[in-house]
Amino acid sequence: MPSIEATSKAPAARREGSPWTGLSAVFLKEFADHLSSARMRVLEWLVLLFGIAAVYTAIQDLRSVAAQDPFLFLRLFTLSRDPLPSFVGLLAFLIPLVSIGLGFDAINSEFNRRTMSRVLAQPIYRDALLFGKFLAALATIAVSLAALWLLIVGLGLLVLGVPPSGEEVVRGIVFLIASLAYAAVWLAAAIFFSVVFRSAATSALCALGLWLLLSLLWPMLAQFIPQAVLPNDTMILFGIPSVEQLEMQFTLARLSPNTLFGEIVQAMLNPSTRSLGLVFPQQLVGAVRGTPLPFTQSLLLVWPQLTALIAAAILIFSITYVAFQRQEVRA
Amino acid sequence: MPHMGNDLVIEATGLTKRYREVMAVDAIDLAVRRGETFGLLGPNGAGKTTTILMLLGLTDTTAGRVRVLGFDPARQPLQVKRRVGYMPDSVGFYDNLTARENLRYTARLAGVPREDVDRRIDAALARVDLTAVADRRTGTFSHGMRRRLGLAEIVLKKAEIAILDEPTSGLDPQATHEILTMIHELKTSGVAVLLSSHLLDQVQRICDRVALFNRGKIALLGTVPELAQKVLGGGHTTVVEAQGANLPTILADIPGARRVIPGEDGVFRVLADRDLRSDVAQRVTAAGGRLLRLNVEEPSLDAIYRSYFESARRAA
Repeated sequence: MPSIEATSKAPAARREGSPWTGLSAVFLKEFADHLSSARMRVLEWLVLLFGIAAVYTAIQDLRSVAAQDPFLFLRLFTLSRDPLPSFVGLLAFLIPLVSIGLGFDAINSEFNRRTMSRVLAQPIYRDALLFGKFLAALATIAVSLAALWLLIVGLGLLVLGVPPSGEEVVRGIVFLIASLAYAAVWLAAAIFFSVVFRSAATSALCALGLWLLLSLLWPMLAQFIPQAVLPNDTMILFGIPSVEQLEMQFTLARLSPNTLFGEIVQAMLNPSTRSLGLVFPQQLVGAVRGTPLPFTQSLLLVWPQLTALIAAAILIFSITYVAFQRQEVRA
Repeated sequence: MPHMGNDLVIEATGLTKRYREVMAVDAIDLAVRRGETFGLLGPNGAGKTTTILMLLGLTDTTAGRVRVLGFDPARQPLQVKRRVGYMPDSVGFYDNLTARENLRYTARLAGVPREDVDRRIDAALARVDLTAVADRRTGTFSHGMRRRLGLAEIVLKKAEIAILDEPTSGLDPQATHEILTMIHELKTSGVAVLLSSHLLDQVQRICDRVALFNRGKIALLGTVPELAQKVLGGGHTTVVEAQGANLPTILADIPGARRVIPGEDGVFRVLADRDLRSDVAQRVTAAGGRLLRLNVEEPSLDAIYRSYFESARRAA
């Protein structure tokens, strides 16, 4: 009977054993490699120096502003003074660089060192290798970000002499989580290129190209494309974009993880932010300008952005996973 | 145990791999016995490495059935890879780690019990004579040392089957000799060895049976004397050198002599189905000749290989 045969064959057609076998071995090895690598040290110093410089200038400004601000501590992250960007602006720029630095040769280096077939001949699935490498790099970034975050809070305590309030700490932690999600997106992208390109140089170049495109060019394109696609009289006559154009502009801009991260940071670290999109005057009736939102409302505001970042990381990682599974082992 | 009562450790029937239009491996049948050393021979691109990867479950099969120690490598790869050691062609290690650290990573991936790891690593390194450089980074290792470390990995895993892809290519004679000795030691410790190579005299030295690959198919399979019988016709080659006798006519008259091939400096080779030495000695002395040399030449894999591919080319 065909039906019985089909059911008896079904379990045999599935591969046996857990895909997580060996995950901890890969994770520990890669984590140790990252922490002791010269590359990581360079990236850490880069972030640390820039970070301290940005926070230092912020502190200078804060002292003159005096301590009336209820969210003095959060200002440490967001205040900027020319020519340096604020600390968060800096992170939005540097996190992709660190992620790319850790991920661009994750897979192709195994092929180039001719270790891939030897490692895959051990009793593990490819899943464990790819996921272990991803987690190890993410953990490395998490450790550095957490250290940096604590360093800044400590610096603020010392110099400002004001302890952060509970809400500031919570907002800071959400900011930390968002940074990690943002790093995960770029890490997944970097590992994707390391799967697709056998040469590490090509992979790094592509990842850096994408980073420059999204952080420098994309904001401008998001502004120009709606004007080209949706021509409109008010724009031509008065130079004011229409609502449709603006909405399209926001949608396009939010395709870039940089925009999503920027919006999360803005709402989380600037509690007076009430909306991340268009606001019409009639919506502001009765609102007291400049009053901060409670934490839960701010969280509600950034929820779509935060989930979008995490979803993007998962999506890119899944594509990478499929590409890696289909790859031939022989170099 | 799925492989009890069966002395075959690797069984493949109708094994096929197709890359788009190219038939890399075309319906081959292969069986390796427990404790045997089996050689895969053939020119580059004949399908040896693809066959090996399919046996390990590292690449999908297009068709056919494979059992390694009773397990299906496509569906139960972890079971297969736990019991099989593999040394790829030009094996690589993490250059920034020491030999010991590289082995420790493998041991962890292979699931060697934590309390056994150090002891097993020391034993494996001693076995391949790398104890002195155990704490040196593998970046400084020569080709021969890397291959030996690759063998150490197989010893460390306590593999039942060792699959070695081109274990001696690109090595100097001394390193080659060391590797071959170590492979032989693996075999004597009861490990079945499957190796691929195009260095024929080495394969002949250590392999019990060989399979000759040609364009994705196994053209010949058997022991070296069996192949000689098939390809060269005569199983025995007698080499004769003598003075004072008309050797070509004497040799051609011996019953069973198929062909007499004159060589340089008055050396003749006689092809026959049986050992002709006593007949030759008798007849040369009877004819008043002085026998200078008389010996049987082992059939060389090299001759078999060249003869086979020459006839294959002529047939094509």
